Amino acid sequence: MLATRRLQKELQKMHAQLAPGLTLVKAEDLTEWVLDMRVLDDNPLYTGKTFRLKFMFSQKYPIEPPEVIFVQDAEHTIPMHPHIYSNGIICLNILDKEAWSPAQNVESVCISLQSMLTGNDKNERPPGDEEFVRGNTRRPRDINFYFHDNAV
Amino acid sequence: MESDDEINSFHTSDDEGMDDPDSDLSNGEDSDVEDELEEYDGDDVGFESQEKIGKQQKKPYEVDFKVYSPEDIQRAQQRTVDEVKGVLQQSPEATAILLRSFRWNRDKLIDAYMERREAVLEQAGLGDEASSGAKIMTVPGFCCEICWDDSPEMQTFAMKCGHRFCVDCYKRYLTTKIKEEGEASRIRCPGDDCSRVVDSKSIDLLVSEDAHDRYLELLTRTYVDDLENLKWCPAPNCVYAVDCKIKPRDLPRIVPTVHCDCSHEFCFGCTLNDHQPAPCMLVRKWLKKCEDDSETANWISANTKECPRCHSTIEKNGGCNHMTCRKCRHEFCWMCMGVWSEHGTSWYNCNRYEERSGAEARDAQAKSRQSLERYLHYYNRYANHEQSAKLDKDIYIKTEKKMTQLQTTAGMSWIEVQFLEAASQALQQCRQTLKWTYAFAFYLARNNQTEIFEDNQKDLEFAVENLSEMFEKPVDQLAGLKVDMMDKTSYCNRRRIILLSDTAENLKNGNWEFNVDFDTPR
Ligand SMILES: [Zn+2]
Ligand SMILES: [Zn+2]
Ligand SMILES: [Zn+2]
Ligand SMILES: [Zn+2]
Ligand SMILES: [Zn+2]
Ligand SMILES: [Zn+2]
Repeated sequence: MLATRRLQKELQKMHAQLAPGLTLVKAEDLTEWVLDMRVLDDNPLYTGKTFRLKFMFSQKYPIEPPEVIFVQDAEHTIPMHPHIYSNGIICLNILDKEAWSPAQNVESVCISLQSMLTGNDKNERPPGDEEFVRGNTRRPRDINFYFHDNAV
Repeated sequence: MESDDEINSFHTSDDEGMDDPDSDLSNGEDSDVEDELEEYDGDDVGFESQEKIGKQQKKPYEVDFKVYSPEDIQRAQQRTVDEVKGVLQQSPEATAILLRSFRWNRDKLIDAYMERREAVLEQAGLGDEASSGAKIMTVPGFCCEICWDDSPEMQTFAMKCGHRFCVDCYKRYLTTKIKEEGEASRIRCPGDDCSRVVDSKSIDLLVSEDAHDRYLELLTRTYVDDLENLKWCPAPNCVYAVDCKIKPRDLPRIVPTVHCDCSHEFCFGCTLNDHQPAPCMLVRKWLKKCEDDSETANWISANTKECPRCHSTIEKNGGCNHMTCRKCRHEFCWMCMGVWSEHGTSWYNCNRYEERSGAEARDAQAKSRQSLERYLHYYNRYANHEQSAKLDKDIYIKTEKKMTQLQTTAGMSWIEVQFLEAASQALQQCRQTLKWTYAFAFYLARNNQTEIFEDNQKDLEFAVENLSEMFEKPVDQLAGLKVDMMDKTSYCNRRRIILLSDTAENLKNGNWEFNVDFDTPR
């Protein structure tokens, strides 16, 4: 299995050496890993903060990209960025099937995300963040009336 | 304009069309539908056309088209590549990639290539030089960036860009792109940040046969998708494509119904099932309305009213008469439609029925009821024909079985029972047409032409009901009704042709006025 072999090798390498600012938190199996990430410069938006990333791998990894999201919990927030939704979903082309290269790996993705934060000075969410995040929950239906336009 | 031969080649999909140097499939030329439409000029519809039935006479509502098989398309594609590769001095593989990146517009490609060769190659993902010459080899000390394997005997491959991976990984990557993501003409090198497109020679070299077959199929798909004059037949599992010159901007004036070799009839403009005589934009609007109003239609007998202020449809969902419109927040009384604030606390026993605000609201209510009733008038007839066409078909299938029995028991020949199939087909076709005449009529504003239209509609309706009634007779009577039924079948067909010819003529000449604006295509 390509995914298994590749992930085992990545894990080996990450245990031996990992790029600055990155920490492997959890990699108990070969389907889901957790990493922590800090930015390396003094960008006031992120400095002093540690962000938590969750990687999910399919059987098709690395031919297919991993799913990567920022995780929010008691100690970690979702970084403010015009390409990161407040539910942790990241809008980054290299994580998309179309633009993903199988020559990428977990560490290189983390480094891309690091530089995505480093290069940002906008303290904002993507346009339509609220609707997008809300769209993920069920819309409560109005139980009193149905309505619609009767224009012919 | 085209010769009669052209008209006669209507339903054929033979190779002649493809080898014809003027074939439309070889693309590029901007044909003009004016020519197409000019031909219908003249008033020779009506009775004359009745006499021409049976001949291969092109009728005002018919358009020219050709049907192509996958092999035809493959050949046309190949021929374009062969023609262009000499001009560009490129390999067939690179030429195909370049053509695809220009959506098979060869003139545009050649012009651009002559003007800014480097930029065109770069944009198509072909880097500087396009002849690849790549081959599979082993490379000492190589480690594959995909599997992270570094076995010394490993077979590797790289295109001109030099991004080298082991053959297994390359193969896996390409196979996933082709078989799972359905990509063909735009698969990029697996290398990080490399925009080079994987050419078909490299794909030949690397993927298994079934993935390669799929690859060719997908390439053919993109060829048809790229060309405006080609469309896939939308019938499930049909592999044919149809070539027709009708452009989106022509659709307000013509309804381009085409007949695929698989026997499916569809509209080239919107690929929905044949919807003559209604133009595409009308069909879109009507279907949207039916979808939106499907609940309304069901509510007619139930408790529904409109908000007296904003006319949103309101459904009563409980026993309370105090209603609040969800849209405009208007508060009113369900019983009398009066403003709620005028009710005080006596809501459970409404005594405001004669009040002015209520009377006015009821008038408005009556008006919109009327508009709903008008819609339902047309909708019910539309839906009825849709339903009846299905029933007619069921009857035919049952009858056919019985007729097969009759053939053996009553000694009827196969030829002798064919009139039933003809009747069944006429019924379905006429009902399909009638169905759309009601959507058409719903949007039609009254003018001098509408009366003729309504007469034609009525005549066809009558002819269809007559035939349909006969069609439902017990099987043992059918043999005796044969002549009568054949007459009625051809009468139905004639009435349909008259109706379609008249509507198509008037549509072409802009004689219809509609009571709404349709979104006209670009
Ligand atoms: Zn490999
Ligand atoms: Zn490359
Ligand atoms: Zn077909
Ligand atoms: Zn259409
Ligand atoms: Zn309202
Ligand atoms: Zn009242």
